[in-house]
Order: sequence, then structure tokens, then C-alpha cells
Amino acid sequence: MPDVEVSGLSKRFDEVTALDSISFSVAKGELFGLIGPDGAGKSTLFRILTTLILPDTGTASVLGYDVAESLWDIRARVGYMPGSFSLYPDLSVRENLEFFASVFGTTIERGYELIAPIYSQLEPFKDRRAEALSGGMKQKLALSCALVHRPDILFLDEPTTGVDAVSRREFWDQLHALRDSGLTIMVSTPYMDEAIRCDRVALMQDGRILDIAAPESFPARYELPLQSVQGADKYGMLSALRQSPNAEAVYPFGTELHYTDKRAGVPASGLSAELEQYLRERGFGDARAHPIEAGIEDSFMALMTKTDNAPNA
Amino acid sequence: MPEAAISATNLTRRFGNFTAVDNITFDVAPGEVFGFLGANGAGKTTAIRMLIGLIEPSAGEARVAGHDIRHEREAIRRSIGYMSQRFSLYSDLTVRENIALYGGIYGLSDADIRAGTDRLLGELGMERSANAMVKTLPLGWKQKLAFSVALLHKPKIVFLDEPTGGVDPITRRTFWEMIYAAAKSTTIFVTTHYMDEAEYCDRISIMVDGQIGAMGTPADLKKEFAAGTVEDVFVQLARPAVRSA
Repeated sequence: MPDVEVSGLSKRFDEVTALDSISFSVAKGELFGLIGPDGAGKSTLFRILTTLILPDTGTASVLGYDVAESLWDIRARVGYMPGSFSLYPDLSVRENLEFFASVFGTTIERGYELIAPIYSQLEPFKDRRAEALSGGMKQKLALSCALVHRPDILFLDEPTTGVDAVSRREFWDQLHALRDSGLTIMVSTPYMDEAIRCDRVALMQDGRILDIAAPESFPARYELPLQSVQGADKYGMLSALRQSPNAEAVYPFGTELHYTDKRAGVPASGLSAELEQYLRERGFGDARAHPIEAGIEDSFMALMTKTDNAPNA
Repeated sequence: MPEAAISATNLTRRFGNFTAVDNITFDVAPGEVFGFLGANGAGKTTAIRMLIGLIEPSAGEARVAGHDIRHEREAIRRSIGYMSQRFSLYSDLTVRENIALYGGIYGLSDADIRAGTDRLLGELGMERSANAMVKTLPLGWKQKLAFSVALLHKPKIVFLDEPTGGVDPITRRTFWEMIYAAAKSTTIFVTTHYMDEAEYCDRISIMVDGQIGAMGTPADLKKEFAAGTVEDVFVQLARPAVRSA
């Protein structure tokens, strides 16, 4: 039986449809990512799965317990790190952890093995008030507090939002260690590049799931030819390529442009030469094109446009 | 050579015995898109708060749009626009009301506000949504509107503090196209955690433990650090940092 099973789940707040009939399941021991921007419905989903709010329609179960009927069974067994800072600012690092342990009827010592790799980095500061910690250390303390009662499943709502690239990498390394110890983890993020760190991801937008797959399978799921284009005048080339009759989409990607062609079967090498010639004729003599595999952002944008969800397309 | 849009010399800010910003010196040229990067706790926010006149430096000096950050704060506020990660718009006011409110705060006359409102709604293609409450707009529209409102009083410099946090990838890219269009007449000072966006900047600086660890064009920094991407440069610099743990 899956650790999380969601079927036809919907939730509205006034006029806003936060979740629109979503279905998925998470296997035991899986690191499952919810990838999507603000307003996708990620937090609402976590609040339903942690029994804080009820869905309007549909069903959801966690560890085999129904969220509407067995809230105490679920609450005792899940670890939850909400999106906003959830610690007590006036309590010390140690006091915060003791508090969360006591709420679940346990002690730090009994949960220590699981939190040791993370909490050991905080121990030099154990008497510091939580509000005086740096962002990265607050995040480590919040994760320790969510783990201290040795939950069977961990829900992390945007744990890396606003966190720099180095701290984000370290946090994902910690999640991998937890997953490897057998813990089931559901984690949400607006950073598309983090999808690659998950076993499977659901791409979410406006309360709907656009696609669910293993991250490494997205390149094969991208249906149209994709090319990287480079040259000195990136923005000039961007406008020129968008006027090309065969362009499906053109987006900037760091130092490159990603160009998607409308013609599904067009050969890659021929397309590179065609794009270079098209740009050369328009004054971009240094333009170079080559075929590439789609990344998660390419896939996400294609799916957004396909479902007619793009806000300003 | 024209006067720098931002010029900081040995700028320092201490809180007790903690030096948040430690003797930083840099210039930003007019019309430049300048990316101000750094790990959490490296001192970015403190530096920005000094530059926009919210807190005083402990030592050193800086001029923003030609004005001294210690003695000419009011003049600086009139010369800059500011937009933060969480949109600075009032969600229970209409689009038109938000524009009028900010026009008033920035000291525009009623006539300028009326003209500015029409121009802005036209440029954004939002004439039909003028009387819609901001909270009912799609995320991408809100973000464009917030940026346009920050530019309403034609500031010389606009400070964007993680403007694309939490937005979808299409909106994020559309936003950078707006930044490019605006950079023709305005200097852009922008922070971001998206390292691909750092590649869109004319120059970037990377703060490490209160100091500027590196500064230059993305291409020069990648060469200097023998790195394939700005993210690799960032990781090389920020990983040994003391404060970012």
C-alpha cells in the first residue's frame, strides 16, 4: 500500500480553486517532489495531508489512514515543516527541540539517532535563541524538530525557498540521507532545478498536476525538437527567432536561448544549420545552434502553454 | 565619463561586535544591470538598506543617484524605485488605486498620476483590468504591475530584491525581458537566488561574509574561477564562507 494515496482531491477558498481534482500516490521510502510556483496549491495539499484542513471533495490517505477520519493516527506519525518559520523565537535551540519532543511524548535522546547528522551542526549553538540563528541554521533546527519523534513520513513545504544555492545543495544532501534510511518524504519547491534531486515529481500549476514522472524521464517526454542557440546579441536573436514561422517557443536560459520548433519530425542537424542561416541573414553572424535535451523548466513551460495556463503568453 | 549611478567606498555596517558589511567598495554605471549576489547572511540586505537610506553606515560612504546616503536620504528616496520579493502592491485595492497611491507616495502631481496611469495601463495592456482588485489578477500581471509602479516616478535607479522568487518559469523570463527594456533608461540593482538570472546581468558581485568576494561580468568571473556557470563560481566562493552555515 502506498504511504500517500490521493484521489480526485479538490479544495476551494472563496473564488479561488486551490486544488482541482488531483490524484497521485507516493510509495514507501520514496522522495516525492511537488514542483511549482506560488499559488500552485502545494501548501493546501500539505495542510490536507497533515489533517489541518479538510478537502471539499475527493479522498486522501496517509500511512493507510484517511485524512478525514483518522486525524490523530496521522498526526502522531507525520513530521511536518510548514512553509513559514514555525519555531518559537524566544526559546533556545535546545528548548525548541525539547518542546517538540515533549508534544509527541518522547525525548531528544530517543530521537537522537535520526536527527544526529543535522542537529550535531547546531549543538555548538544549543543555548542560542532561535530568532538569533542564521537562515540556514533555522532551517536545520526546523527539520530537527520535525524529525525528533521519529515520524514514518516527512512533509516539507518549501524548505529551500529564499535559501542560497550552497545551503540548498546541503539541505538536499541531508534529505537524501534521510530517504536512504527508509523515511518517506514529500517535499515542495518552486526551484525547478531541484526536481532532479527527487525520485519522482509532480509538476503543479494553478491547483492542477501537469505531469508526474521521474525527473530523468522528462527529456524523452518532450515532444518537439529543442535547440540551444548562442551568440553575442541574445536579446536581438530572441526577437528574431520568435518571428520565425516555425518557432513554437523561444526562451532565454542563462547564456543561451532555448528554441522549440513546431515541426515534430525535423532532423536535428538540419535544424541547427537552418537556425544559424536564418539568424545570419538577419545580421547575427556569430549565431551557433545545437540540439539539446529538455530540462524540467523546458518541460514545465511546454506543459503550462499546452494546458493554456500561461498568464501572459 | 558620466557620474556613477551608485558609488560605495569602504562602506561598513556593524551591529554590536558583528560586522554585517565589511568595507565594501564598488561602482554601478548608469543603465547597467547589476546583480548583487551572496549567500544568506552574507550582508546583502544590510548593504541594500544602507543604499536606500533605511539605516546609516558605521563607516565609509556611498552616493546613490548623486546623493549622499547619510545626508540626502530624502533626495535618494525620490530618485529610486524599490520592489521586493513579496509584491509591494495592496491586494484589496484596484489596479488604478494602487497606481494612484504609489504616485502620491513618490510625490507625483495629480496630473502626472493621471497621465502616468493611462500610459502604464496602455503599456501593460491592462486597460480593461484597471478597476479590478489586485488580488484577482494572475501572478504574472501582478508582478509586471509591481515593477511598473516602481518605475512610475521615472527613478534613476530601481532596486529589485529577489523579484522572481516563487514565480513560474515563463513569468520569470517575461520579467527579465521587462528589466532589459527598462535598463535603457534606468539603472537596475537586482538580487536573486536563481543563478541562471545572474547570467543576464551586465556585471555581478558576490558577497561572502560581509565582503565582496568577486565582481565582474559573468563571462570574466567564469574565466577567473575556471567555472562553467555562475552557479559554480558562487559555490566555490560561498562554500568556505563562515557565516552561511
